[in-house]
This record gives sequence, C-alpha cells and structure tokens, in this order.
Amino acid sequence: MLKTLVGNLGKYKRSAILSPIMTLCEVVIDVLLPIVISFLIDRGVSVGNMHNVLVYGGLMLIMAFVALFFGVMGARLAADASTGLAANLRRHMYEKIQTFAFANIDRFSTAGLVTRLTTDVTNVQNAFMMVIRIMSRAPLMLVGSLVACFMLNAKLSLIFVVAIIILFSMIMLIIRKALPIFRTVFDRYDDLNTSVQENVTAIRVVKSFVREEYENQRFEYAAAYLRNLSIKAEKIVIMNMPVMMIAIHFCMIALSWFGARLIVADQFTTGQLTSMFSYVMQILMNLMMMSMIFVMVSMSMASANRIAQVLDEEPDITDPEDPLFEVPDGSIDFENVNFAYTSKNEDFSKTEGEYVLRGIDLHIRSGEVIGVIGGTGSGKSSFVNLISRLYDVNEGAVKVGGHDVREYDLEALRNSVSVVLQKNVLFSGTILDNLRWGKADATEEECREACEIACADEFIQNFPDKYETWIEQGGANVSGGQRQRLCIARALMKSPKILILDDSTSAVDTATDAKLRAALTERVPGMTTLIIAQRVASVMNADRIIVMDDGRVDAFDTHEALLETNEIYRDIYQTQTNGADFDEPG
Amino acid sequence: MAENRAHQGPPPRRAGVSFKEVSQIGPVLKRVLAYTLSKNKVKAVVVVCCILFSAFVHIVNSMFLRTLIDDYIIPLTHQAQPDFSPLAWRLVRLGVLFACGIIATYAYQRLMMYITQDTMLSLRKEVFAKMESLPIGYFDTHAHGDIMSVYTNDIDTLRQMVNQTIPQLLNSSVTIILAFISMLILNIPLTILTLVMVFIMIMMAGKLGGLSSKYFTKQQMALGKVNGYIEEMMGGQKVVKVFCHEEKAVEEFSAINEDLRASASRANKLASMLMPLNANVAYISYVLCAVLGSVVAISGFTSLTLGSLVSFLTLNRNFTMPVTQISMQLSAVVMAQAGAQRVFALLDETPEDDDGKVTLVYANEAEDGTLTEAAERTGVWAWKVPAENGGEPSYVKVRGGVRFEDVDFSYVPEKQILYDINMYAKPGQKIALVGSTGAGKTTITNLITRFYDIQRGQILYDGIDIKDIKKSDLRRSLGVVLQDTNLFTGTVMDNIRFGRLDATDEEVIEAAKIANADGFIRRLPEGYHTMLTGNGANLSQGQRQLLSIARATIEDAPVLILDEATSSIDTRTEMHVQAGMDALMAGRTTFVIAHRLSTIMNANCIMVVEGGHIIERGDHDELIEAKGRYYQLYTGNAVTEG
Repeated sequence: MLKTLVGNLGKYKRSAILSPIMTLCEVVIDVLLPIVISFLIDRGVSVGNMHNVLVYGGLMLIMAFVALFFGVMGARLAADASTGLAANLRRHMYEKIQTFAFANIDRFSTAGLVTRLTTDVTNVQNAFMMVIRIMSRAPLMLVGSLVACFMLNAKLSLIFVVAIIILFSMIMLIIRKALPIFRTVFDRYDDLNTSVQENVTAIRVVKSFVREEYENQRFEYAAAYLRNLSIKAEKIVIMNMPVMMIAIHFCMIALSWFGARLIVADQFTTGQLTSMFSYVMQILMNLMMMSMIFVMVSMSMASANRIAQVLDEEPDITDPEDPLFEVPDGSIDFENVNFAYTSKNEDFSKTEGEYVLRGIDLHIRSGEVIGVIGGTGSGKSSFVNLISRLYDVNEGAVKVGGHDVREYDLEALRNSVSVVLQKNVLFSGTILDNLRWGKADATEEECREACEIACADEFIQNFPDKYETWIEQGGANVSGGQRQRLCIARALMKSPKILILDDSTSAVDTATDAKLRAALTERVPGMTTLIIAQRVASVMNADRIIVMDDGRVDAFDTHEALLETNEIYRDIYQTQTNGADFDEPG
Repeated sequence: MAENRAHQGPPPRRAGVSFKEVSQIGPVLKRVLAYTLSKNKVKAVVVVCCILFSAFVHIVNSMFLRTLIDDYIIPLTHQAQPDFSPLAWRLVRLGVLFACGIIATYAYQRLMMYITQDTMLSLRKEVFAKMESLPIGYFDTHAHGDIMSVYTNDIDTLRQMVNQTIPQLLNSSVTIILAFISMLILNIPLTILTLVMVFIMIMMAGKLGGLSSKYFTKQQMALGKVNGYIEEMMGGQKVVKVFCHEEKAVEEFSAINEDLRASASRANKLASMLMPLNANVAYISYVLCAVLGSVVAISGFTSLTLGSLVSFLTLNRNFTMPVTQISMQLSAVVMAQAGAQRVFALLDETPEDDDGKVTLVYANEAEDGTLTEAAERTGVWAWKVPAENGGEPSYVKVRGGVRFEDVDFSYVPEKQILYDINMYAKPGQKIALVGSTGAGKTTITNLITRFYDIQRGQILYDGIDIKDIKKSDLRRSLGVVLQDTNLFTGTVMDNIRFGRLDATDEEVIEAAKIANADGFIRRLPEGYHTMLTGNGANLSQGQRQLLSIARATIEDAPVLILDEATSSIDTRTEMHVQAGMDALMAGRTTFVIAHRLSTIMNANCIMVVEGGHIIERGDHDELIEAKGRYYQLYTGNAVTEG
C-alpha cells in the first residue's frame, strides 16, 4: 500500500528526496554547534584568549546561517513534495474513478469516494509532510547527538544510553496501550456524529413527536460515554510528559555529579559539560518528537489505506480487445439472462435466490416502443441497465443490434443506447452546456430541436436567459419535472438508436407526459424506446409492455392482451383507474 | 447537500499569522476562557498554580548550571582534597525540587484533561440541546452540512484551544517573564541583545504570517472549488459514464487540481518556513550571545563569570523557545477562530418561544360529561385551561376539531405565502389538500403544528387558539407521517416506540399490526430487535413508510397530518401501505396531502390550493361537477405552464 502511494509522487520525487538531504545538512550543523561552543568556552573564555573567541564565534555564526538556509530549503521542498503528492493522488484517483463501472462506484458509494478525494488526501498530505520533515530530522539528530556525546566522553554518554532505553520502552508501552483506545474513541465519535446527523435531518419528526428531551438524554448518554473513554485514553498519554521529565532530570543530575568529578580529576572540561547538557535536551526532545509523529502517522494510515483501495481497484467492465464500433440497428435480445449485483473480482457463488434478474429471455425489434412496469425491487432498472452494459450479466447474453454488448466498444455502445437514469442529475453550467454533454459540437438549433421533442423548449423560452440560463449544481434551480425533461433532451442529443427512460417522467404531469411520448414516436421514428414507469398511463400506449415481478418477466404483450390475461397488470391498472394522478404540472 | 462542509475535512495546517489577525482574536479567546472557567474554577486555579511552579522549576533548572560551575566545580578544582559532599547534598535538594516540578506538571496535565473533557461534554450537551430547541425556520435557512460541521469540525477546534492553546500561552508567558528577570540579574547587555533578536523573530513571524495568510486564503478558495467540483462530479458519476464524458471530466479536474496544488504549495512553503526560520534565528541569537558574552567575560568589562555565561546561554534558549511557541499557538487560535465563532453563534440562537398556558392532560369523563384530571393514561384527553385569575382550571375534551380563520402567512415579510385561509375540520373528518408543488399545502400543515407562526387570523383547536396551547402538548396531540421517512439508529422496536416512550412491547407489536407492518418485521433477521442504521438503509422505502405509520399509530393522537406519505411508494406497495393508513385514520381528524387519487377520493372535503389561496373546495363529486381546477388535474387535461 505504501508503495502505491509513493508511486504517486511523480515529478515531485526530486523534492521528496532533496528535502531530507537538506535536513541532513541542517542536522549535521546543529549537532556540531555544541562542540564548537565547548571550544569557545575551553579555548576562549576559560583561558582568556580573545582571538579564539572571535574565530570560534565567527565560525558558529556562519554555521548558524548555513543551517538557516538548509532548514528553510528543506521545509520548502517538503511543502512542495507533500502538496504535489496530494495533487497527484487526487488526480490519479479521479482518473481511476473515471474508468470505474457502475458496480465499482456502488461498492465505494458516492460519499465514500468524496471522502477519499478530500479528507483522506488532506490527511495523507499532512502526514507525508511530517514524515519527510521530522522523520528525517529526529532520528538523525538523535544519532548525531549521541555520536557527538561519545566523542566528548564515552563513559558519561552511557548515562544517556540508559535513559534513552528506558524512555523509549516507556513511550512504546504508552503508545501501544493508548492507540487501541483512541481507535475506539474515534468510532464512538463517529457514532455521536451519526446521531447528530439523524437529528438534523429528522428535526421535524423529533419536534412533531415532542422528543427533544428524549433525544437530549440519548445524546448526553453517548457524549458522556465518549468523555469517559477519552479520559481513559488520555490518562495513559499524559504519562508521556512525566516520564520524559524524569529522564531529563535524571540525566542532568547524573551529569552534574559525574561531570564535576571528572572535571576535578581533570579528565573533562567545563565547556564539554555545557555541550553535554545541550545534547541531553536534543536527544530526549527528538525521541519525544518521533513518538508523536509515530502516533500521528499510524492514525493517518487508515486514510492512506482508503486511498490505496481506490487506486488498486480493478474496473469491472473494460473494452473488448477487438471491439465493434458500429451498432447496426436498435434491436435488443435477452438470452436466458441471470444477473446479480456482485463484483467480478469476488468469487461468484450466488445461489439462484440471490439473483436480481432470473431467466430473462425476450426479443425486442428495432423501432418498437416498449413499456416496462412492475413494483419496486422487481428488477426494472437492473433489466435496462444491462442493455447499455452498465453492468455485465452473470449468465446468458444481452445482444444489441444482433451482437453481444460485450463485443462493442463501450463508447460506441453507449452513444447508440442512450439512458436517462432514474437518479439523473444536471451539472452546474448553462442549459446549452448541459445539453452538449450528449453531443459536444451541437448547434443551438440541434439543442432546441431535442428540447422541443422533450417538451422542454416551452419552459426554457420562459426563462429570461433562455438557453443560456445557468443551472445550479444538481439542477437545484429548476423543478423536478423540468429537470427530468432536460435530462431527456440531453439523452436525445446523441441521436441514439435506443432510448431508455428509467422512470424519467415521474414528476412530469400526465398531459405533458403524453405529449412527450407522442413527440418521440412522431419526430424520432425508428428509434427503439423503453419506458419504465409507475403509471399505467405512461406505458399503456406502447407497442408491447413488459410486466416484471420479482426479477422475472411475468408477461410481455400488448396492453389489451395483458388486461385480459395478466393478473398483476390488471391489478395495477385497476388501482389507477382513469389513469390520473395529481402530479405537479410542469 | 447535507454533507457539504462536513466532508471537507481538516483545513491544511498553517503556521504564522499577521499582527492584524492576532489583534482580532481577543473576544473569542476571552469567551472560550470564560466558558471553560465557569464550570471549572477550582481546578483552573490549581492548574495556574501548578503551571507557575513548573515554570519556576524550569528556570531554576537553567540557573543551576551557573551554581554548578561557579559555586562547586571551579572551587573544587582549586581544592587539594576535593570535598564532594556539599555538591552531593545540593544535587539531592535539586532532585527533590525536580520531583516536585514533575508532580506539578503531571497534576496540571491531568487536571487539564478533566477540564477539557468536561468542558467538551457540557459544550456538546449545550449545543445539542440548543439545536433541539431551535425553531424549524433555523433548519430551513441553514445548510445541514453547515450544522453538522459545528459538531465534526468546530467543537474540535475549541477542544484544542482549551486543551493546548490556553495552557501553553500561560506557560510560555510565565517562562518568558521568569527567564527575562533571571537574564536581567545575570547580565544586562546580553539581555538587551537577546531582546533585539527576539524582536527580529517576532517581526519575521508577523511578516511571514501576513504573506502566508494571503496565500492561505487563495488556497482555501482553490480547495473549496476542488471539493465542490468533486462533490458534484461524484454525485453525477453515473451520468458521466452514461454520456462517455470521462475524458472531459479528467481534463476539467486536472486544471483546477493544478490550481489548488500551486496555491497550496505556495501557502505551505511559507507556512513551513516559520519553524526552521525561528529555530535558526534563535540559534543565531544564541551564538551572538555566546560570542558577545565571551568577549565581555574576557575583557572583564562587567562581572560575568563563566557559570553565569553558560547559564545565560541556557536562558537564551528558554526565552526564544516560548516565543516560537506563542506564535504557533496564536496562529492556531486565528485558524480556530471562525470555528469557535460558529459554535458560539449556534449557542446564541434564540430558541423556539413557547408562551402557551393550556396543557394536555389525561382525563376521566363522568356520565354527565364533566372532566377530571387523571394521573394515568385513560384513553380520554383533555385540554387544561388555566383560569385568568389563578382560580380553578377548566377542562375541554380533546375531540380534534381544527378551524382556520382568515389566516395569512409569510416566511419573510416581503413574500406572502398564504392568503386568507379559511377552513375547518370537524372531529373525525378527513380533509385533503391538493394542488401543485409550492402552492402552500405543506405550509398549511406546518401552521397547525406551529412550526411557524401566522401573521394574521387564528387557528383554533377544539375552540382554543393554538397560540395559547403549550407547543409540546399541541404537537403531542398531532400525529405526523411525512413523505421522507426518518428513522433513527436503534432497533425496530425503539423506532416504533419513539411515538410513545412508555409503550410496552405488546403495545408496539399491536401498533405494528394495525399499521400492516407486523408481517415484514417478523421476516427481518431479528424481528423487532433488528438494528436499523443509516435511516433504515436495509429496508425498502415502503417498509420504512410502514414503520413511520406504526410510529404514528402508537402515538394515538386525535389529529393526523399525512404529508405525501405514499408518494414515493409504487402502486403495488401502496396497496399494503394504504391498508395501514386507513386503519390509522379511522376515527381521527386527518389532514392529508397527496396526489394519488385513491388517497383523496373519500375525503370529506378536498381543498384545492393554488398560489397560496384555496381556490376550490368540496367533496370529489362536487368538484368534478364544478369542472374547475380539480377536474383539470383529475382528468389529466391540465394546461401546462412552464
């Protein structure tokens, strides 16, 4: 997984490598400085040699400025590398998502993908910055300072070694104990937020049932639990500081005692003692820093994992090796199709009961208008999604224009089979921008024609900016019925051989719905049209109607014949006598 | 939508602030401090004492080098027979002091932990309770994502402020003051030099902060753009696939992604420079002091012993480190400021007011119709109307009669929504509201529940103005089933019991049977104890709706409001739901908003609402006869208008 992430550095690899090198240079100087200070004291101040004071002083100043340069450069390069990594991760993930089939998208969910592209990337960016800044610095400082100490006085340095070992094992113990508790804290924290989210969206229900007090109590209970759990975790973590201080002070006192004896015995100098004191602080501080970073990084591992999942995901549907680019006609054939929502990569061992579609075998002639009707969960949407190969069948075959859909180039197939999805969205941009999704180089005239057929032209003409009207994200500024008609127009822009309307006129009033269907048959003759609808009125005029029930085709015949022979169809028809609904007009 | 800001995650780190930004954080800091102190006074005092003590130990620690060198080591080197016992004794005393210092530090950290967690707990509770008390209008005017982000992001920034920023600011300030005094005692010229260097550091940090905040704003804007784009495109990813729009989408994304990278890189470069810059300028300050101190010591210009010099150098570090820390903490406050303000803004919102005096009580009804208050559920409910002069309250039986008299309503003063609404429902009647979206049907029902208050006219419930009824009791007497079913995380049993908390398991099951939900619940893996999560994600829309009907059934309210309760269910499922619904409506006054004919046809009265007016009223046959708007809607001959 780490390999996957590092592979995304791309051209920022240079910065990612240079930054630690710069840091290394800074560290070398930082480690040497206390030694030069000991020279300044022993060879300058103690013996009253002004010349040496100025020489060593000048040297130190130069060193400090050089360190400044390296430090700043290292930081800048680290920033460059980490922001570059973040940008690359975002882009590569985004590109990868574009290759995903519907099944892949379903597996991650829209919210899951958004989190990965935003929050998770930010987490990894911050962690990566930490790693190349501090993980390169702290261990070097630690080792460098230790080496310098041994050079100054090996015996005294043994004090550090003892302190480091004790401190290190204590910190590790603390982390190992605290981390799992923190993970539970985060989980509980998510639960708490879920309950807030529920209350925000369901505030009308809460208020209608006068359950404010009840919800308060539930929330308080959960929040108090979270507080106690946090305290349990933090109680362990705050042990860090006293452990650290004991180590520092132990070293100080030990150094003072043994150092004084050595100086008196003339085996050590005052200057060296001063340097040793500096190194104590440096060594222990860096040890502490490393432990902190270790905790932070291990917490951002979850984010890194989630990103790697996207990058490593294999798209379920890919183009065939030698694809067909031409769809001859609009005929559709289902041959003994069984279908279940499951990953291609998973071991497929579904029993028949888990199929969403079972034993579908039917043939639609080019140019026919077909209605599809059935209850929720009867498999209507799954059925039509197979035609433009949004999902692949598990058994059997779906043929369009006489060829298996798996033989076509995906783009060619989807340009010939235009689907208006049940959950359709418009994108921010003008109406024209949205329509040109169907055909990038369409003239305004072509757009208008499609809108006329989709009964959208009339309301567009009423907008002050007409076709230049700006559509907000998701089409929030047009009504549901208007949005659906714009989506139909957009689908028509492709001049498809097959048009599939998946419950696409549910918010359009009955009269306009009828007008739209009439326009389709009149102005786009020869196009195979599949209409999924809840309303009998929307399908009863179709050439033939498919009645779906529980993943099977219950009947496939004309309206009149179905009324005679099919019980389900008759049921639906009768509950909707007269076929009228009080739908919102336009 | 609901996840707008909640998903954007933590803002990128940033170090360094401009002086202008620092000067603006006073009020926020003060309020956070006041909030924290209001609940933890004693603990806070102990914490301050501990911080003072540990800062003192810290300074003693750095001054000790001077004592060690000047008072012990140098004299010892001159002794023929060095006597180490005074030094040993001194070190033991020092060890004891250090031990006290460690205890003080640990004590303050531990207390801070409790202060922080308790403050967070009470803050969360208060924010949540406040949110629950706010009028519906608040939720209409604030994006759900923004409200959520108060919990997911903003409260957390406050936690950092309480837990880290405030104690560290205190700690650093005390250390600076003590170090400054000690430095003055040791040597005045060197102190001045140190001050000059610190001044340079502060200026640099301020300058860098100003620059970085400019780029930081740019970065935030670019980030907002990228996140917005991601949310929009991920939401429409399936449409992208259907239209083979992948390449174009990558192209557009690459452009704004690169914009973000460029501005993030600039902002982060500046921000991350602060730490090495400060550290190394501190080093330069240290070196300058060492050189100048050595020169002074050798020349004997002022009395500066070797020990004093070494101690001074340690103090120099102790002085510059807290300066760096303060600048880091201040920038943390600047970043957290907006979040803290949002938390307090929510806390400062005015809750829904409720000055109703009439309450809902259980009652016993005598043969002659007189009502007496009962302590337990009797099946009879009464309105308890307090007498004006504080005398005996009178009782009115709850029957479920609702009357609108000349009601006008608008959400905002300029835009009137409802005009002159007059209507009545006799107890047990079914009133249907039909009309196009936005005509004002839902608004009418929201006035009955007093989610909004009317501007003119009055609404009477059993002859009592609903303004005089306590809101919670008014709502308790109204059962509501909405189009969007909202279920809560918990078992099926919990969700139905939400309608009446003291209902027994048997009563819950009984209600589910009435609502036609018992059958499918029993088929769930764990029946009534099946856990529901994510708004009942494991149920179908129809099943969710059946549960919300069962929830309203168990509430057993005399008046029902059904707002498009069956709209999102397909016709076949609706047949099941309808049966449950009919059982629920029996004997209750019902206001139903629907567009399915089957739901409306048998209503006692149908109101056709258009543009905020009731334009037609009557039963089905009358309205068909009248050949007006209802007839148009019914026959499907509606004139389409844009």
